[in-house]
Amino acid sequence: MDAILEVKNLVKQYDGVVAVDGISFNLPQGVCFGLLGPNGAGKTTTIEVIEDVIPPTAGEVLYKGAPRTTSFREEVGIQFQSTALLNLLTVRETLETFQNFFRNTAPVEELVKLCRLGEFLDQYNDKISGGQRQRFLLALALINRPELLFLDEPSTGLDPQARRNLWDLIQGIKAEGKTIILTTHYMEEAQYLCDEVAIMDYGKIIARGTPAELIRRHSRGITVVLPRNRFGLEAKDFALPIREVKDTIEIKTDDVNQCLEQLISHGIDLSDITVRTPNLETVFLNLTGRKLRE
Amino acid sequence: MSLKRLWSVLKARNLEFFRDRSAFGWNFLFPFLLVAGFGIIFGGKTYTEYKIGIFPAESEQVSVEKLNIPQQFKDMDYLKFIGFQNAEQGLDKLKHHRIDFLLKTGNGPHQYWVSDASPKGYVVEQMFKASLLPPASTANAERKEIQGSAIRYIDWLFPGILAMNMMFSALWGVGYVVVRYRKNGVLKRLKATPLTAFEYITAQAISRIFLLMFTLVVVWTGCDLIFSFKVQGSYFDLFVIFLLGSLSLTALGLVLASRGTSEEFTTGILNFISWPMMFLSEVWFSLEGAPGWVKSFANIFPLTHMLTAARKVMHDSAGLIEVGPQIMVLLSMTLGFLALGAALFSWNK
Repeated sequence: MDAILEVKNLVKQYDGVVAVDGISFNLPQGVCFGLLGPNGAGKTTTIEVIEDVIPPTAGEVLYKGAPRTTSFREEVGIQFQSTALLNLLTVRETLETFQNFFRNTAPVEELVKLCRLGEFLDQYNDKISGGQRQRFLLALALINRPELLFLDEPSTGLDPQARRNLWDLIQGIKAEGKTIILTTHYMEEAQYLCDEVAIMDYGKIIARGTPAELIRRHSRGITVVLPRNRFGLEAKDFALPIREVKDTIEIKTDDVNQCLEQLISHGIDLSDITVRTPNLETVFLNLTGRKLRE
Repeated sequence: MSLKRLWSVLKARNLEFFRDRSAFGWNFLFPFLLVAGFGIIFGGKTYTEYKIGIFPAESEQVSVEKLNIPQQFKDMDYLKFIGFQNAEQGLDKLKHHRIDFLLKTGNGPHQYWVSDASPKGYVVEQMFKASLLPPASTANAERKEIQGSAIRYIDWLFPGILAMNMMFSALWGVGYVVVRYRKNGVLKRLKATPLTAFEYITAQAISRIFLLMFTLVVVWTGCDLIFSFKVQGSYFDLFVIFLLGSLSLTALGLVLASRGTSEEFTTGILNFISWPMMFLSEVWFSLEGAPGWVKSFANIFPLTHMLTAARKVMHDSAGLIEVGPQIMVLLSMTLGFLALGAALFSWNK
């Protein structure tokens, strides 16, 4: 499949600080691609250079095989991480204003339905809740029926319910076949929404693949967790290595069946057992020795 | 260049301004209050220029007719007499420039005190001395009246106040607002659309010019109902001059708006430009008699040219041809500022 976007050796420096350090990737049409990394990893700078909002220090960005032209802005939708809008306009008026900036636009009513804007459509754009605001900014990004959609930290600051609602909305947009690039520091978000993830740290991509591939490659083993008072054995009496963490015992294993058989053979009560599969957070921890949100 | 995009920004900016009730109201109220205030102060009867301390007196309020001082001094205009119980009280006020001249009542020889550091005191001293001369000694001076209708001070001041208001509104309404939008990311959001910088700044300029002219018409009409301004030339010519003035001031605002994200710094720059412009463009006082370099320096301000042209039309029945040089300067400044503003403009921080 032809790549809709090709990023080659992208570098961005600010006053001697390298924010993006030689990033390259290709993006096939219709995928949801996530840039995952801690705050300050260079995700937003990368995405803004690709969006043509800030110029790169070096490197090349090709859209549909050619350098970006003025028509690029007509064909992409952008949701910034933090943005202010024209003051004293209602949500509807803001949508209509932005509609006039583009040639090919989606009807306001369609966006209202898709992003569930109905209940606050006639309120001023700065007088709506956090969740409403993110849905509204998403609608603004979709106003020109973009083929490529950029979402920069779309769910930051939302409560779990609002975040889940937004994810469902983005899943719906994905189902329409749009290509999405999103940045996030929530591994659940990347895992839930992205077909492919690149993990960024200090301006570089340190690992790339589908979430499942990354976990398989960089985070082997399942963790079995038991309350300490249920375990009742000394470490030397158990065949697998164990680790005490607060009031629990953690057992790392590649074969969960074998581990459970061992526990049952020692007559250990498994009522309060927890089995933790690895996730992207574990991948990041294993790759960098740090947590994503440290 | 897309007219649809331009119109859309223009409409949004106008909605924003008209919905901001406090800013909207203040834009009309401020020049009106200024004109009304000066109208009352300079209206004529209550106007006093020189304060004369008199002692000994029972109270501050003195009855001029009952004072034992030269009759001709009592009859002079623009003097206000203030009573003091003794010399010490009067001298203290004189020292602090609260009064300009201190006089002891009596039949003479008269005693008076004046501060060497006070120009107004010197003038009053000369007036007082003149009042002691016999009337015959002034016979070799003949008084002549100005032919035609005299220009009232309020007629001279009014275009200045309107132009000054226009200057502040153009510079702050464009310069400050665009810098604020750059700082809070609105410009970045707009940059991510097909809207061009030229379309954006043109819309900002048109919106502000429309507002300036709308304010001008409303304030002029309102003040005219109270003060009945005399316009010797044509209202159309006057409108054209104010329109050209607002164009050049707005274009200057765009130059200031083209870069920067610090509201504090922009405030400093705006003050740095607007204050000298206000004092040197003959808004409040004429530069007649000022050093040549001050007059030349004042020519760098668009406000100077706008006011010169407006006053010529208003007071001397000049037409657009007679104020051609000012019109050319205003047009050239507009083009220069627009080119500079467009070249320097940046969406980003």
